[in-house]
Amino acid sequence: MAEEKKEYWRWLESNWTSPDIDWKKGDVISAGVDVGSVSTQAVIMVDGQLYAYANMRTGSDSPNSARNAFAKALENTDLTEKDVEYCVGTGYGRVNVPMAQRAITEIACHARGANFMYGPTVRTVLDMGGQDCKAIRIDDKGKVESFLMNDKCAAGTGRGMEVFSDLLTVSINEVGAMSLEVEVEPEPVSSTCVIFAKTEATGLLRQGWPKNKVLAAYCRAMAGRVNELLQRVGVEKDFAITGGIAKNKGVVTRIETLLGFTALPPKYDTQLAGAVGAALFAKGLAEKERKAKG
Amino acid sequence: MLANYGYMDGAGSYFITIDTDKCNGCGKCITACPQSVFETGPDDADPLRDEPVAKVAAEQRKKIRYACASCKQYLTSLSGVKTEESVEGMKKLPCVVACETRAISHSW
Amino acid sequence: MITAGIDLGAKTVKVVILKDEKVIGRGIAVTGLDQKESAEKAFAGALQEAKLELKDIEKVAATGVGRTEAPYATAHITEVGADAKGAFFLNPAVRTVIDVGGEEGRGIKCSAEGRALDFAINEKCAAGAGAFTEAMARALERPLVEFAKLALSSTKSIPMNAQCAVFAESEVVSLIHAKTPHEDISRAVHDSIADRIISMVRRVGIEKEVMLIGGVAYNVGFVNSLNRGLNLEVVVPDHPEYVGALGAALTAAGK
Repeated sequence: MAEEKKEYWRWLESNWTSPDIDWKKGDVISAGVDVGSVSTQAVIMVDGQLYAYANMRTGSDSPNSARNAFAKALENTDLTEKDVEYCVGTGYGRVNVPMAQRAITEIACHARGANFMYGPTVRTVLDMGGQDCKAIRIDDKGKVESFLMNDKCAAGTGRGMEVFSDLLTVSINEVGAMSLEVEVEPEPVSSTCVIFAKTEATGLLRQGWPKNKVLAAYCRAMAGRVNELLQRVGVEKDFAITGGIAKNKGVVTRIETLLGFTALPPKYDTQLAGAVGAALFAKGLAEKERKAKG
Repeated sequence: MLANYGYMDGAGSYFITIDTDKCNGCGKCITACPQSVFETGPDDADPLRDEPVAKVAAEQRKKIRYACASCKQYLTSLSGVKTEESVEGMKKLPCVVACETRAISHSW
Repeated sequence: MITAGIDLGAKTVKVVILKDEKVIGRGIAVTGLDQKESAEKAFAGALQEAKLELKDIEKVAATGVGRTEAPYATAHITEVGADAKGAFFLNPAVRTVIDVGGEEGRGIKCSAEGRALDFAINEKCAAGAGAFTEAMARALERPLVEFAKLALSSTKSIPMNAQCAVFAESEVVSLIHAKTPHEDISRAVHDSIADRIISMVRRVGIEKEVMLIGGVAYNVGFVNSLNRGLNLEVVVPDHPEYVGALGAALTAAGK
């Protein structure tokens, strides 16, 4: 039997249910589903409180990915789809969320989600997604004041990091910690393009560079890239990071070094921001509809 | 609200910024642009806003450097570097001139 | 007069030996970590074909991204200048040169005298160069030549959303999962890069004759997509990847 090729980029899928909330005692049950190009999240909220969620890899079919994530979020609850009053879809595949009544852009959802996850002091949000990178300036209510999204180039995105984790055969979860093991910070990888950076890294490895040094050089380059994007919208404190790469300490600390201050520490899974924002919009829209019906 | 459309890659950063607080959805930028870069639609960042705003069309966002190239003669191709002429040149871009509320600006 | 031209590219080094305006030797080597060594290897190959020794070469000029590392060279010329010169030498009717190499793509507008008037470059981005098609061939697990030929059998045009080689690879994987015929995937990939190259070249204006040079000129799928996108037939010379080195050799000969 052939040995299965180890997939270094594979991060852990997860789901969670609140141990404290009894949804039957709640009023508005809303949901948000964020179908990204790489990962999909489903969030269930009871009266604007986080009740259950799931975080999974997006499959080749967007509607199925939405259904799977939704089902996974409901798994350890006795909630069913019909108990959810309003659902908003978002993300790269947001138009393909079958259980959503409305689609809202990922920018608006991430802004709202960051405001919930980090509090009303957040003014600048950096979202590093699977295939894009967003810089968003928000007000104390999570409303967008300016935004910028780069989804043309893999540099500064999760896919870029996955390519490197694969190249160096290091599990994606360990990349950050490993990159911080260097005594002296190396020069950043000079190529911005992930494909050319990969060739450059191969050359460095041949020259005898240890893996942690190559990772440090790449994380440094990625941080520089992302910082360039941030500077375009301007960075005002408090600063918070959402998305998968927020879990990569190697990139996060280097961004903080460039900015000169730290990002707010996350209290929730940072990949949930889009779905959380969507679920909050869903709550508002459910209440609006109730009012309209009188 | 400042909406920045475009991209950054190995060659550089190319963004068109639309100030949606100023934009009145008149659509004059659409007529002025020879490359169909603009369109009007719902505000990407404000789901509660009903009036349409100008945006860079989705299929243009990742190719904006070359879509806009024909209007940007002030960019000396041999150096690709912004000069004093380019700051002046940017003010004369058809979309920038057509916008009555001065909501459009380019980063390059 | 016997001269030589070295084109030290990011992926390969090409050498051309010219005697009285006739190419008598060509050599090629992969650009390794030691660029000088790679160039010497390619040079040796060219000398062997020409049945000459190093001392027979009167003057050497170098071009390419690594031209300052080129051995033996006493003159240097930009890639744009070398491409224009080499292309014009091969066909004086050329007014537009499209050079697509392993890591860079260029569009050059030429005068009736063979001088570069204007140019545009797709640099530092794999999506605008040979690295793109190579990555996609790997995603389909086929040798590049076979992958390129597949495109010619396609009957359907599928637009690709991704403008990045890394994202395009994910998109190709999705297409494979959706059971899209490989011919159509190949065509989509070649149309995609041709589209980018054409957008870049339009910046300098497209005027016939249009010559395609650089290693990617061997890619029949790309040539097909390019012709379709430009609505004309590009001229592809023999040994298209050597045109830059030829231009350098001509420079060394005082042309």
